[in-house]
Amino acid sequence: MDQVILFVQQLLNGLSLGSIYALIALGYTMVYGVLRFINFAHGDVYMLGAFSGFMIAPTVSRLIPLDKFQEFTPANALLIIIGAGLVMIISMLICAVTGVLIERIAYRPLRDRPRLTVLITAIGVSLLIQNMTQFFFGPQPRAFPQLIPVEAIPGLGDLTVLTTQAAIILSTVLLLIVLHLIVTKTKMGLAMRALSVNPTACSLMGVNNDVVISFTFALGSALAAAAGILVSMDSPSITPMMGNLPGIKAFVAAVLGGIGNIPGAAIGGLIIGVLETLVVGYLRPELRDAIAFAVLIVILLFKPTGILGRVEREKV
Amino acid sequence: MRAAFFWASLVVGFSFLLISLVSGEIKVGVVSCLSGGLSTFGISSVQGAKLAAEEINSAGGILRQPLILIIDDNQSRSGETARIVRKFLTQDRVAAILGDLTSSFTMEAAPLAQNAHVPLLTPTATNVAITPIGDFVFRSCFTDPFTGRVMARFALDHLHARRAVIMTDIKQDYSVGVAAELKQYFGANGGQLMEELSFSSGDTDFRAQLSKLKAVRPEVVFLPAYYPEVSLILREARLLGVTAPFVGGEGWDSPTLVQIAGKSADGSYYANHFSSRDPDPRVQQFVARYEERYHAVPDALAALWYDGMRLMADAIERAGSDNPEKIRNALARTRDFSGVTGNISLDGQRNATKPGVIVTIQAGTIKMVERVNP
Repeated sequence: MDQVILFVQQLLNGLSLGSIYALIALGYTMVYGVLRFINFAHGDVYMLGAFSGFMIAPTVSRLIPLDKFQEFTPANALLIIIGAGLVMIISMLICAVTGVLIERIAYRPLRDRPRLTVLITAIGVSLLIQNMTQFFFGPQPRAFPQLIPVEAIPGLGDLTVLTTQAAIILSTVLLLIVLHLIVTKTKMGLAMRALSVNPTACSLMGVNNDVVISFTFALGSALAAAAGILVSMDSPSITPMMGNLPGIKAFVAAVLGGIGNIPGAAIGGLIIGVLETLVVGYLRPELRDAIAFAVLIVILLFKPTGILGRVEREKV
Repeated sequence: MRAAFFWASLVVGFSFLLISLVSGEIKVGVVSCLSGGLSTFGISSVQGAKLAAEEINSAGGILRQPLILIIDDNQSRSGETARIVRKFLTQDRVAAILGDLTSSFTMEAAPLAQNAHVPLLTPTATNVAITPIGDFVFRSCFTDPFTGRVMARFALDHLHARRAVIMTDIKQDYSVGVAAELKQYFGANGGQLMEELSFSSGDTDFRAQLSKLKAVRPEVVFLPAYYPEVSLILREARLLGVTAPFVGGEGWDSPTLVQIAGKSADGSYYANHFSSRDPDPRVQQFVARYEERYHAVPDALAALWYDGMRLMADAIERAGSDNPEKIRNALARTRDFSGVTGNISLDGQRNATKPGVIVTIQAGTIKMVERVNP
């Protein structure tokens, strides 16, 4: 295979991986925006998204036989997209509710405590979710049911793009557009942005901060759930610990883009995904997990605000 | 009333003491992973050992004494096996120990058994570094280098492949150990490694490596790794259009592999300790008894632990007593023990010399290809 084609292939692979990191990173950055704290249980919400899909898919498959389709045809394409979309939307709803509950039960009572307390609590919540899932589903990997037929998209020559990879990239673009509309065009989005500038002033203007924070958690968790489903469509093996590394790498992506900055998180995710794939392809595969953290160290040393972040002055 | 109760309990207590002193029993400690991450393997292993013990006891026990298994669970956590083995040695005073499931857990147990001069036999730990720990440490399965040689020889002789790519899981001693011997043997016998690729346990995306693999067009791909990664690699490789057959080791042995990889697993081969499809009557008898007892098909772990338990019982019988030193000497003299995983001899390094099998996956089911002698 031509070196150029191989490079383009690796870029495409990186793009689909990066889309996943971007979707998870958005949750970190939005929660940081309104609460100034890192929700370390976010990677586990992504895992719960995959497991919700695992539970729901058989039910949906009874209405639309998603697992039976061997390939995309003009006749079944719409049906498949509706079915897979249904699984995704239900899982996103489940995780949105879970995210709101986590915030309500574990974080809200600690809102006025030192930030470190909440941070440690988040790690506790993360372990709780992982071990609960392990208790109910067992530690061994489970096979994720087929939602869309997996095949190479024809007509691309030597390039191999799978339908699942295309689904990841297209769904991510779609979700980013929807998110952008919510944040810029709705009242709730306005409240979110206001809250991230000044919570006290925001509540003085009559905004119910608790509702806005709950909404932020719901939004972030739904995006993480979508990422969980998309990843499981592409590599259909899910375990209770699957959220650990993607969660931390997405956190790095959020810092890289400028924590608290929504477009920054998306860009950071894509950069981390592409970098990771290129490192595996051209340097050494064992550096796969190291590269994200190397990026984190470099960013913190040279540009702690990230690519798109603003400098925040401590007010006296 | 109170006095009567006191005397009654005294009598009961003494009679139990007497019974245990007079009749005696052979106690063997069994340690494996019954809960936690490795529980699916651990449960099979202990079921195999229990079935063997039940058969031995229903046939009159060992030296006319019942064989008592003291089974404990290391919860798949490091440190637990050492604690359990200490309990076996000091509290239960076992005659011998069967375990542990994995190489790293067995590494915890072996020095303790060695210091106490109690024989320890592991039916499944394949790492070479285990038996050199001491002369009381035995193993009844083959080692990682054997798997590597079998895979290389199969590719050369059976698949007539010369151009190969190897993919190693650098986080697993097992994968690295098999790969080292495989590369050496394959290279020395006319094969050529086009590319050495690696990944880490827990990875789910292998496209970067597989894109490189596809570019060199190998005739065979060696994949000595465990099933969670193997199943995803097989799937992604086929979707990317890699057509070369994959050859692996016993780490592939799980029903989950076919569930995840689906038809991508078809046409692959792996070396294993045991196949329930082996037409050998000894194997088929064992499979039937195991199915009757547990309503499941025995996997390689169950078969290996079944053999390990029976081999241990055979050694105790030949030792003529439950004295640990005598059992050790009898174990060291094991020759051509007839097991369901083949005839087992223990060599001077206390390792097993025994055959393996090559199986293939066809339409989602496992078929036996051939038995491979050492």
